Amino acid sequence: MPWREALQPVWIIARREIRDQFRDWRILTPIFFLTAFFPFLMNFFAQQMLNFVRQYGAELVGERMVPFLMLVVGFFPISISLVIALESFVGEKERGSIEPLLSTPLEDWQLYTGKLLSSMVLPLMAAFLGMGVYTLGLALNRVTLPPVEVVLQVFSLTFFHALVMVSGAVVASSQATSVRAANLLASFIVIPMALLIQGETAIMFWGRQNTILWWAVFGLLVLAILLVRVGLAHFQREELLGRELDTLDLAWGWRTFVRHFRGEARSVLSWIRTEIPRTLAEMRWTLLIAAVLALVGLGLGAHLAHRFPLQLDLNQTQVNQRLSQWTTLWPMGSPGTFTAILGQNLRALFLGLILGSFSFGVLGVLPMLATMGIVGFLIQALSNNGFAPSLFIVGAILPHGLFEVPALWLATTATLEIGLGMITPQRGKTFSEALLAGIARWFKIMLGAVIPLLVLAALIETWITPQIARYLLFR
Amino acid sequence: MIQTEDLSKAFGEFVAVDGVNLRVETGEVLALLGPNGAGKTTTVRLLTSVLRPTRGRAWVAGFDVIQHPQKVRANVGVLTEHHGLYARMSGEEYLLFFAELYGLKGENSRRRVHTLLEQFGLEEAARRRIGEYSKGMRQKLALVRALLHSPPVLLLDEPTSAMDPENARIVRETIHSLRKAQHSIVLCTHNLTEAEALADRIAIIRRGRILFNDTPEALKRHLLGAPLYEIRFAQPWNDPLPTLPPGVEVVGRGSDWIHFRIEEPHRTNPLLLGALTAAKMPLLTFSELPRSLEEAYLRAMTMEEPHAMA
Repeated sequence: MPWREALQPVWIIARREIRDQFRDWRILTPIFFLTAFFPFLMNFFAQQMLNFVRQYGAELVGERMVPFLMLVVGFFPISISLVIALESFVGEKERGSIEPLLSTPLEDWQLYTGKLLSSMVLPLMAAFLGMGVYTLGLALNRVTLPPVEVVLQVFSLTFFHALVMVSGAVVASSQATSVRAANLLASFIVIPMALLIQGETAIMFWGRQNTILWWAVFGLLVLAILLVRVGLAHFQREELLGRELDTLDLAWGWRTFVRHFRGEARSVLSWIRTEIPRTLAEMRWTLLIAAVLALVGLGLGAHLAHRFPLQLDLNQTQVNQRLSQWTTLWPMGSPGTFTAILGQNLRALFLGLILGSFSFGVLGVLPMLATMGIVGFLIQALSNNGFAPSLFIVGAILPHGLFEVPALWLATTATLEIGLGMITPQRGKTFSEALLAGIARWFKIMLGAVIPLLVLAALIETWITPQIARYLLFR
Repeated sequence: MIQTEDLSKAFGEFVAVDGVNLRVETGEVLALLGPNGAGKTTTVRLLTSVLRPTRGRAWVAGFDVIQHPQKVRANVGVLTEHHGLYARMSGEEYLLFFAELYGLKGENSRRRVHTLLEQFGLEEAARRRIGEYSKGMRQKLALVRALLHSPPVLLLDEPTSAMDPENARIVRETIHSLRKAQHSIVLCTHNLTEAEALADRIAIIRRGRILFNDTPEALKRHLLGAPLYEIRFAQPWNDPLPTLPPGVEVVGRGSDWIHFRIEEPHRTNPLLLGALTAAKMPLLTFSELPRSLEEAYLRAMTMEEPHAMA
């Protein structure tokens, strides 16, 4: 199907919705006020702020305030897009108008994208118009305008804020059973978005926004793509029509978890012998991705050691003495050390699970990236200071790292798989079932492979690595 | 044409449609009858590829509902249980919107919309907001939506439920003409008189299973027994009856009437009339007693499934 022909229904859906929004005074009134009056209020506020901070010689604060207020002017109208998007699917379901639409020859992505587009257009137009009015007001009041790049960054951030909020809200709308349920889910969008804007504001006032804000824009783009992908992957006509109630069904949740955890195994032995290898085989591509990420972490650490050089004004004897002191303070060869090492590793992996569950697996790679980054940094820093990194690797990392690194790799892969399960179409599975299946798989890999490897690694790190390190490094 | 083989749909542990086998030829109307929650709407949704079967298969207008959902939907016109109209749009805008979604373009789309609006008496209200339409007008508009792209298959859920007698008649006539134009039509309804008047075949569904699927006459015969006939006399007649032909059973008698159950009316009735006239009975009328589909339907609802006819 030629792309223009394929996009035609998207536009038909979006056009109807936008026309409908233009007829709804409940949408138009706030947008009108936020476009026609709010920018002038912000102009006035900016002017007052500049005058106020000038008295104390803090013009810099005033200058940073100007783009921040532009961001605020843009954000208020786009917050309306959240309301529109939240009711896009579930609102039609409640009004009974979704079924005729689902019965047309539209493809799922066309319907979904049409709804997505329609929720953004009007609020975004209002936001850009408001920001334009605000900038014009500044110019008329002879206030120094922010650099063009900063203006571009603020416009880009506004666009991507709208895209992320709408993508998230449309996911909520297509999965919720009622408008009320969708509105309750909105806090999962509003709270992270508020935190994100606080972070962006901090960057703006910090003043090194030239590169960092572009990274924020890039991060928002990635998040929006993931959210759209999640929405499309789990958009099911059947679910939209079928589900009437969404009560918390713990029994169902537990059954689903157990089913995916147990897999096809009939006994503990067959679970270990067949289920774990089968699951690992299923994850082979993700294992490869995680391995590449581990190498990236290592490289990134080494790169940072170059960028932020660490001068070790010590000779080999002094290093040995310091390390020796450290090993005295950190009592090796005791059960307490073993428990602490194992506990720390498990905590880090659980943190990865939690981060990964809320970020489609993306933030779940942080523990591995951080660990590999530290290793890369240390190796490079030692090398920069004229020490032999190979000795450090063999003496201090390799003995237990042989088990710990694969454990970390497997756990990270299982976390990434949770995200993949969410963004990949899963025929016959709801979003919650896909999430539960991913978590069950994570626990399966943890229990069947990662924890045994971590126990082994902690045993070696407690009782064997110190001996090897002492022998090789502290002679 | 519509054909289903063992079509089934389960929502979790609840089986909404269970092994349905149906066949609707071109130019045929099938009325799907059943109590609320019997599986009628789910069957319709399966036939529009909105729901995916958990077992079995179905072909609509020659396309597999699983393999070619888009093509199925392009060839089906659906009147849904909830009309689902957009209140802020005018009737004309609404139809033009759906016409575009069904691939009708430009002047063709406009012409088609206006022809149908005129046919259903909605031309005058075409530019009014749907929110201002009466219930019956909304139903007609929803029906027009289903007919917009001249689909070979029509799935109509309660097409006349909110209409006044005049409009209901227009809709019934439309269904008749669509049948003549070789459309295959599935009609879900609780209006049994309408079903009897419009349908070539009746399928009764209960708890997701088809209990009966046959012509209205065959259905009544199966559920209510052989047809009943009534003879009325010009004056009271209390004499004993003459010897009746085989296959005739007297089921009731009054002073000036007798009711017979006749197994094979075509063969037996001439013999019966011959016997009665030979006995010099003062015959006034000889007619079949009407038996409603409702009676048959209610009988079906009280029957246990093993007695039902596949």
